[in-house]
Amino acid sequence: MWLIMTALAAVITTVIWYIKAPNDKYKLGLLSLIFWGATLMWLVDHVMAYLTEGGEFLEINLDATLLGLSVITLALLVWVIVLLISDPKGILKRVLRG
Amino acid sequence: MACFIVPAGEAIVTSVVQKVIEKREKKAGGAKNKNIGLTWSRRLGWLNKLLWGGTILLALEHIWHGEVVPWPPFLTAMENPAEVAPMLHEMATVGVAMAIFVTVVWAIIVMIAEIKARVAVPEVKVKPVRGET
Repeated sequence: MWLIMTALAAVITTVIWYIKAPNDKYKLGLLSLIFWGATLMWLVDHVMAYLTEGGEFLEINLDATLLGLSVITLALLVWVIVLLISDPKGILKRVLRG
Repeated sequence: MACFIVPAGEAIVTSVVQKVIEKREKKAGGAKNKNIGLTWSRRLGWLNKLLWGGTILLALEHIWHGEVVPWPPFLTAMENPAEVAPMLHEMATVGVAMAIFVTVVWAIIVMIAEIKARVAVPEVKVKPVRGET
């Protein structure tokens, strides 16, 4: 389930990034690459587990859904931290200067 | 178990390489070429973001499943000697496959970007600059 949720997040952020491009003031390119990196890695993990161990390709239950939500939240958290540190609008600078 | 450690290792190496290349490009006047096309530091930046992003989110998944803990030896498989060999096997198979797959996808993205940039650059070159005499 977390694979589907992360892939969906990757597609949505990529579409938003493309609509806003070439302006990437809010670093949506970074967010989409974070999601794509995890999607690709989990895809390999799921395919290899399916080929070697068999069973269900996707785990669809409450635990897997909660994990998917947590993963998306963590990615957004990382993105927000990077955004605030880089401060593209200079808001933090202005706030701190008073 | 610990498959994400392999892409994490690759991410560390590529981050260092990117920093070194970035410095060299700056020394060689990379700022002048910034708007023209793709620098290698920019290309490697995409790979780093893919690798670090994947590593961070996979680390959370491993914590969620109790495979990684915040105290030494950090990997629960390391606590039981019988689980060390399967862990290393998983790193060598799944971990390496993950790192290779992400790198291959990145290489394809770079190739497409290169082709797009080559198509775009001649449009700029076609316009002759008239000098004042």
